[in-house]
Amino acid sequence: MKALKYIVVGFIFGIVLTKSEAVSWYRIYEMFMFQSFHMYGIIMVAIVTGVIGIQIIKRKNIKDFKGFPIEIIPKEPGSTRFWVGGIFFGLGWALVGACPGPIFILLGAGFLPLLLVLFGALFGTFLYGLIKDKLPH
Amino acid sequence: MEILFQTWPWYVSGFLIGMVMLSLIYFGKTFGMSSNLRSLCAMSGLGKKVGFFDFDWKAQRWNLYVVLGAMLGGFVAVHFMSDASNVAINPKTIAQLTQLGIDAPNGKLLPDALFSNAIFQSPKSIFILIIGGILIGFGTRYASGCTSGHAIYGLSSLQLPSLKAVIGFFIGGLIMAHFILPLIF
Repeated sequence: MKALKYIVVGFIFGIVLTKSEAVSWYRIYEMFMFQSFHMYGIIMVAIVTGVIGIQIIKRKNIKDFKGFPIEIIPKEPGSTRFWVGGIFFGLGWALVGACPGPIFILLGAGFLPLLLVLFGALFGTFLYGLIKDKLPH
Repeated sequence: MEILFQTWPWYVSGFLIGMVMLSLIYFGKTFGMSSNLRSLCAMSGLGKKVGFFDFDWKAQRWNLYVVLGAMLGGFVAVHFMSDASNVAINPKTIAQLTQLGIDAPNGKLLPDALFSNAIFQSPKSIFILIIGGILIGFGTRYASGCTSGHAIYGLSSLQLPSLKAVIGFFIGGLIMAHFILPLIF
């Protein structure tokens, strides 16, 4: 039953990303061509909602549902990894029009060609794991 | 009810995505979809061969449940909440896509040119999708996050590394959309 709440949150996430069309290859292309505000609006409102929510959590010392203090996990330090890794991901994002969440959402909706993208993404993850010690971070 | 079937406005969608992230934070977790790719690699036993995948993926099972829910959500939204008015992108974008030989949306989420089942007959399309996947998998692990982990969670918690990553996402995306896609299609 512990799993249920995560499945429900995921379910809502899947519906919102589909109905906002953030899972659409067309919307991602349109965003990168600067021909619509739609995607920028989604991302900005999500961030503003998140900033406000996290500030409220911090200032009011809100605990999580089990009563433990809420910790925001800090990202690793470094620069190269974020720039270079980010550019690699951006190239893939604009090519197949899906980031990791939408890959799964579209697969769930029955778009079988996304299996190829998932296969590639798993292989890319594996590749990083394999050569990570040789890469600058 | 009509409104459920139309394209949800950006301000509603953005707010709900923010709330999804805040719910996960309230459950004592974090928000990041690409970590699941690492968990899936670990689940398949790669941890025995590559140290990066030798971690307690079972502690990340909650995130796989989120993904499972997202897949169900995608199924319901596509099959029961769609409408011919969906994906009304900019007519200018459609005209550019036509020049590239990519079909117009007409209510579809994905172009047939890349995502119809006929592409399984096309080595070029198969190659494009796999290469795109590799860039996504490699890039998100190298940058340790994707749109959810960096653009939403990282920027919401005002973290500088995430800003670098998100700028990187856009540099890569702009290069692909403006310079590489026209060469491919």
